[in-house]
Amino acid sequence: MRHSIVSLLLNAATGHRRWPRMWRDPEPRPHYEAIVVGGGGHGLATAYYLAKAHGVRDVAVLEKGWIGGGNVGRNTTIIRSNYLLPGNVSFYEASLRHWEGLERELNFNAMVSQRGVLNLYHSDAQRDAIVRRGNAMRLHGVDAELLDAHEVRRIAPFLAMDDARFPIRGGLLQPRGGTVRHDAVAWGYARAADRLGVDVIQQCELLGFEIERGRVVGVRTSRGRIGARRIGLACAGHSSQVAALAGLTLPIETHVLQAFVSEGVKPLIPGVITFGAGHFYVSQSDKGGLVFGGDLDGYNSYAQRGNLPTVEDVCESGVAMIPAMSRLRLLRSWGGRMDMTMDGSPIIDRTPIEGLYLNAGWCYGGFKATPASGWCFAHLLATGESHALARAYRLDRFATGHLIDEKGQGAHPNRQ
Amino acid sequence: MRIPCPFCGLRGHEEFVVDGDATVTRPAPGRPDAPTAAVRFVYLRDNPAGWHREWWFHAFGCERWIVVERDTVTHAVGRVWSAGDPAPGEDR
Repeated sequence: MRHSIVSLLLNAATGHRRWPRMWRDPEPRPHYEAIVVGGGGHGLATAYYLAKAHGVRDVAVLEKGWIGGGNVGRNTTIIRSNYLLPGNVSFYEASLRHWEGLERELNFNAMVSQRGVLNLYHSDAQRDAIVRRGNAMRLHGVDAELLDAHEVRRIAPFLAMDDARFPIRGGLLQPRGGTVRHDAVAWGYARAADRLGVDVIQQCELLGFEIERGRVVGVRTSRGRIGARRIGLACAGHSSQVAALAGLTLPIETHVLQAFVSEGVKPLIPGVITFGAGHFYVSQSDKGGLVFGGDLDGYNSYAQRGNLPTVEDVCESGVAMIPAMSRLRLLRSWGGRMDMTMDGSPIIDRTPIEGLYLNAGWCYGGFKATPASGWCFAHLLATGESHALARAYRLDRFATGHLIDEKGQGAHPNRQ
Repeated sequence: MRIPCPFCGLRGHEEFVVDGDATVTRPAPGRPDAPTAAVRFVYLRDNPAGWHREWWFHAFGCERWIVVERDTVTHAVGRVWSAGDPAPGEDR
């Protein structure tokens, strides 16, 4: 059923009891033209664009758990393209352009809300860095506005503007940045891919690869063998485990990033605001809860939960930026598994095994990249060639020295 | 998460700084395969889901480097020893 005001009214009249399934629950077939391992946002977007843009409809998405159960449903829902380095800025801007047309494209309400992303600065040095970033963005056709303290105060009067240690001097605003309802992205891509003939197979765990003379020919799963000569891995969080099944070692560590939601309050935060004097970012959901996060805990973890010192640190940063937050109660906190690469940038590339492709290492910036990641990975799977937007995201860049070190931290995944 | 420092006893992990995988070793510069071994040392990680041997530095305690065996799935902490010593029961 196509979603429209008519379908909404009809289903409202019947008490919302007759909505059809959004996607089928198919048994895996013995062979597909292409398999995408991982039914998160990136995997589902890849399958959708394979079918939509490349006409490859004989595709299966294998998901160990359920759709929307991983990081696509655990992030803080921010979209933006305020990147600095070549290789990143064009990619993320392409992603933002996809977001702007996504709901029409998928016929699904993902609540894309371009409410603006504001990065604060607190010193002359930070202003210089933010001006450089804004100029780089504008040279790539991305919107960026430099605000002074007065303009920041007008947008967000609740900020601690005159803090003695970290006074807010201004900020860099990307008006087109914003938030998206994250699980609707997973559902929207799953539904749209399914309608194009893609088999979305849940509760199907990858157990191993079948590799003949250096070429992948199929996979072994908890639901039997499935043949395919083109296989894409999009299982960030567990990339190392899945790649190890093919004998590959990756430049990735898995870390835990915590996220938080406060109790609901009346509209307070107009967009997304990030602190310049600590690692903290906050937005407000349509239900009224403040959604915020900060640093990684710092140690390798697959636990999907962190420890209390990081909770304290994030909340301290929040209260330093918005003193009124001290009056709020924390409603929920949770953790996600982050595929942290050594330079903080992702990988979309071939592997040394023919027919096996890798989409990994999204660190904690994967959500905003979902459409462009799927778009570029589908291009790689369909043509065997890297998409121009993702040409810098090579697996061998760590050996050749072509790192994309946006944060300038070197080979420290825990500090990216 | 609490870590039994071999010098200070059981302490909260917020007293420590973690510095990642302690199983990788720096290749000798004269080795014929030194460049590729160096890439493995600097960038590639096994990244296990399970027991993991890590460097931790007791920054707000004895300021000693220690090795901690920790389960990355459950956050359980196992054996801990001084970074200068071989692992208990293992030769260097």
